[in-house]
Amino acid sequence: MSTDRVRVVVTGLGATTPLGGDVDSTWSALLAGRSGIAPLTEDWVDSVPVKFAGRVAVEPGEVLPRPEARRLDRAEQFGLIAARQAWKDAGSPKVASDRLGVVVGSGIGGITTILDAYDTFKEKGWQRLSPFTVPMLMPNGSAGWIGIDIGATAGVHATVSACATGAESIGYAIEMIRTGRADVVVAGGTEAAIHPLNIGSFAAMRAMSTRNDEPLRASRPWDRERDGFVLGEGAGIIVLESEEHALARGARVYAEAAGVGYSADAHHIAQPDPTGTGIMSATRKLLENARLTGQDIKHVNAHATSTPAGDVVEAQAIAEIIGDHPAVTATKSMTGHLLGGAGGIESIFTILALRDRIVPPTVNVDDLDDGVEVDIVRGEPRKLPGGQIAAINNSFGFGGHNVAVAFVSV
Amino acid sequence: MAATEQDILAGLGKIINEITGIPATEVTPEKNFVDDLDIDSLSMVEIAVAAQDEFGVEIPDDQLKHLKTVKDVISFIQN
Repeated sequence: MSTDRVRVVVTGLGATTPLGGDVDSTWSALLAGRSGIAPLTEDWVDSVPVKFAGRVAVEPGEVLPRPEARRLDRAEQFGLIAARQAWKDAGSPKVASDRLGVVVGSGIGGITTILDAYDTFKEKGWQRLSPFTVPMLMPNGSAGWIGIDIGATAGVHATVSACATGAESIGYAIEMIRTGRADVVVAGGTEAAIHPLNIGSFAAMRAMSTRNDEPLRASRPWDRERDGFVLGEGAGIIVLESEEHALARGARVYAEAAGVGYSADAHHIAQPDPTGTGIMSATRKLLENARLTGQDIKHVNAHATSTPAGDVVEAQAIAEIIGDHPAVTATKSMTGHLLGGAGGIESIFTILALRDRIVPPTVNVDDLDDGVEVDIVRGEPRKLPGGQIAAINNSFGFGGHNVAVAFVSV
Repeated sequence: MAATEQDILAGLGKIINEITGIPATEVTPEKNFVDDLDIDSLSMVEIAVAAQDEFGVEIPDDQLKHLKTVKDVISFIQN
């Protein structure tokens, strides 16, 4: 490990997901290979071709006081819940507010607020719009509320890069600490996009699975019969901290946040570059940034969303740059795709895999597709070796964003 | 029949509790919305709109800014 730059560590984790209302319940469910996907029961379900999704296991209204919940968009509710868990898990660090930052984004932002507010506007007029409509719909709203909650004044930022948002936020947080702008940063992603307009719009792209007769089997990354992603919702947020700050206060450290690699495809607004050039570039930059070699990487939490186009390209890029030795998994097979929240929860899963030395399986891979020449963890969880090992979380987004974040065991 | 001061106070207490979480029992006539109840201007707009629905009395924006205490609102609704 190098000592010539600030090392960044992870000291707190928080999540609310389709598998559980917190990190522990979500992680147990993942290791048990359980799916968080279920049929939708809303009255609008007949209007869309996809009739299932991954709703959060615990409704935010059960956690937040009603007066607080009513002025927050659902994505902000998830974000605040996950951030408070992470902050508490980190031991509520005593840190000067001008050394404390937030980087939390969302892929889509407060879209249910926008749509509901527009209904109110048309039916009852502007006077009946909630005065909180704007702070509810703005995609930086979660970051703003979390910043107020913990008193962060070093900088509150919101990355927006579709399904790469959560990972990009964590990368930005690593850089904030490395460059000396903050000692502690709360970072991750949140999303609440289960609405018929979103489902209809993704379905119009032919991006979603329509396996309505088998919702729990619909998210099946790398399987030959995969037919699209499954929409999930929730948030994953972590506390990052300079190692010096964490050690000084005696904090429990989960892992080192060793680095981040970014690239862009500049190929197509919503389809992955079939050559995988952008993914390989982000992976190379990650290894350089984190000062790791491909051999150090023992586990990859892949982006793999269960779409026909993306999964195999990613596997090939992993094989090319890292090798065929890491244990690769796609936890979206159980959580569904949390879009802007994905990189947040999947970074948490990557960190826990290092802590517990175990990789959750990818479920529903009955028949591995051609061209997947990496070691996909199927069926049962897989043990990771002892010693100092590294793992990475890949997250890619519409717009051509590629982000990879590396964590190292402690 | 016009609502009594007690009716309006009870109604306001319920509205303010719903919007801000402040216990209705703390909503008493002498309380200042900003200094005593820590209610911000956005929440005051919500309260004014809810009060309009409850009591059928519109509170225009130029009047709302002069209503500093719970008693001010009660008087405005009564008159």
